[in-house]
Amino acid sequence: MKRLLPLALAAFLPAVAFADDVPTHTLTIKEHRFTPETLEIPADTKVKLIVKNEDATPEEFESHDFNREKIIKGNSQATILVGPLKPGTYKFFGEFNPKTAQGVLTVK
Amino acid sequence: MLSSFIVLFREVLEMAVILTIILAATRGARGRGRWVWIGIAGGVLGSAVVAAFADTISDAMEGVGQEYFNAAILLVAVGMIGWTVVWMKSHGRHIAQKIRRVGEQVVAGELPMAAIATIVALSMWREGAEVVLFMTGILSTSNESIAAIITGAVGGAAAAGAIGTLLYFGLIKLSTKYLFSVTSWLLVLLCCGMSAQAAGYLIAAGALPELISPLWDTGWLLSEQSVMGKILHSMLGYTERPSGMQAVWYLGTLAIILSLLNFTRQRPAATPAAA
Repeated sequence: MKRLLPLALAAFLPAVAFADDVPTHTLTIKEHRFTPETLEIPADTKVKLIVKNEDATPEEFESHDFNREKIIKGNSQATILVGPLKPGTYKFFGEFNPKTAQGVLTVK
Repeated sequence: MLSSFIVLFREVLEMAVILTIILAATRGARGRGRWVWIGIAGGVLGSAVVAAFADTISDAMEGVGQEYFNAAILLVAVGMIGWTVVWMKSHGRHIAQKIRRVGEQVVAGELPMAAIATIVALSMWREGAEVVLFMTGILSTSNESIAAIITGAVGGAAAAGAIGTLLYFGLIKLSTKYLFSVTSWLLVLLCCGMSAQAAGYLIAAGALPELISPLWDTGWLLSEQSVMGKILHSMLGYTERPSGMQAVWYLGTLAIILSLLNFTRQRPAATPAAA
């Protein structure tokens, strides 16, 4: 079982190769808020979001609209791949602090 | 208190549904409890390890290591369940007969208990790691006392456990004759659901395209956040907004298992032991 795992992961390596050419945007979480709260990304394009959690406490980046969820520990960052998405507005939020951590992805 | 209740309820419910199906499928096997506990213990240990290495895993594979890791665990579980279902068909008649025979019990060793324990362990691993990560999140962001948070957590786990127990008894109320095929079907659908979930993670990791997304939106009919929605999510892989790729994996897994079952011949029932 222990040997299976790296083998299984390695099987997916070729698929990750694309990640270098993907447009990247950064979102910061500070005081349980996103900065920026609105982010514009191009339509029909794969985009890499780097979410930096500058709070000491973890946050869960989540969106029902573009179907992603990921826990980001305090003082760390996580990579989230989004898209290709059709034009429109897609909400995202921080599940641990939903009252303040709210944002919108504007896809044009 | 509410957030810890919700988190534990959600994760334990997923786990409870899987356990219920597995326990119902192995009912009548003496000693199976020990195997299931081994699986649970393995899962709990594994989830503690995963939580400890969460950063390393997450940063791996250009930041989407977590997604690949979850997908890999799910796919191994899919393989194990598929194998178990096929195994059960080929030995089915023999076992069903034994279960029905008064006073005779299948010994757990006659079933693929190692595979079953592994399925339990893998599922617990996934759910357990999520619980640890969520709980550390709640414990650090909350203003409440630890006692309140723990109370909520225990309450959530207990509520989910109660639902799992109800499901179990509901399942075994079906006549024993049908129990075998019902639980086999539930295992198959569990398998397909996990496969679709794995596809979801691979999509999030950028390894697979979504195809059409969403294929449909049944959020208005049954929310994934509702209790029934969660139960159906674990049992059948119900998703409000599945992507085309997830549907492909679901149906593909179903097709593969059904054809494997089709080509599996049942061993003849064991001749009754000479008196």
